[in-house]
Amino acid sequence: MTTDGVFAQRGHHSLWDISAPGRSGVQLPDSDVPEQPMPNASLLREELRLPEVSELDVVRHYTRLAQKNFSVDTNFYPLGSCTMKYNPKINDMVASQPGFSGIHPLQPEETVQGALELMYRLQRDLQSITGMPAGSLAPLAGAHGELAGVLMIKAYHEARGEPHRKVMLIPDSAHGTNPASASMGGFEVVTLPSDINGILDIAAVEAAANDRLAGLMITIPNTLGLFNPNIAHICEIVHSAGGLVYGDGANMNALLGRARPYDLGFDVVHLNLHKTTSTPHGGGGPGAGPVCVGERLARYLPSPVVEMVEDTEGAQYRFATPTNSIGAMSAGHGNFGVLVRAYTYLRALGADGLRQASGDAVLNANYLRRKLEHAYRVAVDRTCMHEVVFTGRSQREKGVKALDISKRMIDYGVHPPTMYFPLIVEEALMVEPTETESKETLDAFIEVMTTIAREVDESPELLHEAPHVTPVGRLDEARAARQPDLRWQAP
Amino acid sequence: MPTPFPHSYLPHTEAQRREMIDAVGVSSVDELFADIPDAFRNPDITLPPALTELELLREIGGLAKRNAVPGEVPCFVGGGVYRHFIPSVVGAMISRGEFLTSYTPYQPEVSQGTLQATYEYQSMICEITAMEAANAGMYDGASSLAEAALMACRVTGRHSVIVHDTVNPRYRAVVDTYLVPQGVEVITVAPGGESISDATACVLTQYPDYFGAVRDLTPIADAAHEAGALLAVSADPVALGMFRAPGEFGADIVTGETQPIGVNMSFGGPFVGYFACRLSHIRQMPGRIAGRTVDHEGRIGYALTLQTREQHIRRERATSNICTSEALIATGTAVCLAALGPGGLRRMAELSYQKAHYVAAEIAALDSYEVVDNGPWFNEFVVRCPHTALETNAALWRRGIIGGIDAGSAVENGLLLSVTEMHTRAEIDALVSALREIAGKGAQ
Repeated sequence: MTTDGVFAQRGHHSLWDISAPGRSGVQLPDSDVPEQPMPNASLLREELRLPEVSELDVVRHYTRLAQKNFSVDTNFYPLGSCTMKYNPKINDMVASQPGFSGIHPLQPEETVQGALELMYRLQRDLQSITGMPAGSLAPLAGAHGELAGVLMIKAYHEARGEPHRKVMLIPDSAHGTNPASASMGGFEVVTLPSDINGILDIAAVEAAANDRLAGLMITIPNTLGLFNPNIAHICEIVHSAGGLVYGDGANMNALLGRARPYDLGFDVVHLNLHKTTSTPHGGGGPGAGPVCVGERLARYLPSPVVEMVEDTEGAQYRFATPTNSIGAMSAGHGNFGVLVRAYTYLRALGADGLRQASGDAVLNANYLRRKLEHAYRVAVDRTCMHEVVFTGRSQREKGVKALDISKRMIDYGVHPPTMYFPLIVEEALMVEPTETESKETLDAFIEVMTTIAREVDESPELLHEAPHVTPVGRLDEARAARQPDLRWQAP
Repeated sequence: MPTPFPHSYLPHTEAQRREMIDAVGVSSVDELFADIPDAFRNPDITLPPALTELELLREIGGLAKRNAVPGEVPCFVGGGVYRHFIPSVVGAMISRGEFLTSYTPYQPEVSQGTLQATYEYQSMICEITAMEAANAGMYDGASSLAEAALMACRVTGRHSVIVHDTVNPRYRAVVDTYLVPQGVEVITVAPGGESISDATACVLTQYPDYFGAVRDLTPIADAAHEAGALLAVSADPVALGMFRAPGEFGADIVTGETQPIGVNMSFGGPFVGYFACRLSHIRQMPGRIAGRTVDHEGRIGYALTLQTREQHIRRERATSNICTSEALIATGTAVCLAALGPGGLRRMAELSYQKAHYVAAEIAALDSYEVVDNGPWFNEFVVRCPHTALETNAALWRRGIIGGIDAGSAVENGLLLSVTEMHTRAEIDALVSALREIAGKGAQ
């Protein structure tokens, strides 16, 4: 093998491949206390086969891995429903100050008043955005917030002596986390159909509104990127049957300063702070999923919530547990590092800035809809909110799948959109451009998508074999599932 | 329409907005929101005025400065969250934008970095726990333990779990939040007091336990297995740098918090719950999993796998609703473990052990204090004080020291203290002399 070959191959090496016994990437000081007797050897372990690498090995390994990722910092990333907006660097800078990153969750409250005040302010601001009178920052991700929400709904019905309310209605366009969360809360999931416009069918809600109804989980705007103009009426139907309405806030980026879930009739809504308030997604987390609620559910909020009390020394902040709390969602107080970033983002924009952000997000999606509707059919032909769902149905008829189109986008340096979701759209391509993308980026994207549409007719094999430029090609995912190789093993 | 708001996060110029509005075929951006009924459109939201970057640093930095920072002041609080050394490479690597600002690796060809890092994280979790398979991470150690109990219920088809009262009380609270609404019975007992029955899905225990003790788990594992139940252990991964791994005792599920390895304390999050199990139970495991496979040319590559367990495919029949987890933090733990290696992890554990045992010996030598004998222990211990933990902590804070956790419900006037390699001799000596002073002065 040539020297070039040796180095070219290194990108594929695992940490164990570059490991050598006796090497270390860290030095630790000697003990500065008198030596203490060690425990009985029967309690001590013998073997620990972690890789042994130098500090430079670690840096090169992870730098090379990083270079194999698309990210918002490197590529346009229009992944629908994931709201991949720019993550301002100031957010990370603020969160990494020792006064935030270095404090222990169980320090006495008097020693962490700054952190508590930040949480109090964020809680208040999120309540303002959603219109809700109460909230808790405790849930650690959107789906965690969903779980908190359904548990509150359950606690509410039980407290009212109606434990038989077991049915949770969920539209067929919903995120998969909705039914999974409802199931974890002990509910029976009933799926509701959408009408031909992709909007929840009111008649279906009416038909399901009986004394077994616990609630409705609904995403607003929905996963087709559409705002349901009947939403307030739907909330009334659910309420008059004795149920509550859960708002999946994953798409809240479209509504900032434009509509408040509380006004529409929602009883609880979670917010994905990593989406709406621009905290980095980190390859799949951390997120944060605070819940905001109406009066009916305030006493059931997960613990803790942050309270302010005024005394002679001024405002003091402390943790509190609502009277009928569903309990703790985690051992801590929420993903505080994410909360700091979210608060910093909200302060950077203010009310007018948020309103402009949602306006630009919606403008961008509609601009793409107009410019691409001839090349790819729009799933539902009407004004969309912050995301637009195309269907590759006509391309499919020519033997090219949404998957092929997505993989070809990679060759042009664009991260593929969300594919095959929502489930009710054939060959779905869900594009979410977000407000931080410039017109120049959108125009370049339009050109890429138009080119690909032409390639479908002229050279479909380019799409079938795409991507062509990545470190690996299409992976054998069937083999990954059939013969699971989930960890390194000693040869 | 209010005055347009020029902002560094929003790139459109007014001219561009106009051009795009025209292209869409509407008269204004506001018209795009026409589906929102008038009565609800454009509500007043009251937020404080926007700040520039310079002002943000001052304003929010001011809040940060109002917190007392462990390390800048001595602090002996543990209870599941510990201040250990974090090598500089950890922050340097996970602050790279390609890791920081990517999403879940749904498209493996452009996510090999995240996927390989996850696969290696899973491998290292398996090594330190002595288990066969691990997932990409859960929210935190507490939810990870709760999910372990739910998984045991799925595996055994049973609906009762036994929880030791030596498990972190904050973890036990989360177990209740998760399990009780699903109709699972949660029985809390002292270790050894189990009455495992044929209804028991699993025994949940902690290692080292909440009060610091390290015990041979073999008898508990044997008792559980004899009754057809599983053993799930929540373990401190730093302790596993020197003590036998739960997998060696026969544990079926091992969970815990990776925070002690490479993760800032950050007032309680974001952390990562690690989750490992036997290969035979893999299809009941919650959470994401990365696997190694090949591409069409036979090149090694990585992809998410076994996704038919997950909610985006299986919806209400998924193993869990967990979706976004803590991938970046898991990568941070992997970077830290790679840098530490087996020697570094062991040395970190031994230094913590040595310093903690020294502190305990010094406190035990004081009049009026007694170190509770829990058998062999790692880096955390309970002291019976002459005053309540509340009084002792308040008196310590008057002397600029953050003390420990109230363990009064288990031991009268008990104070749970934690020590790691980060504590200096000066901090240790300050704690010991402050405790001596407090004892003599009636907690003033």
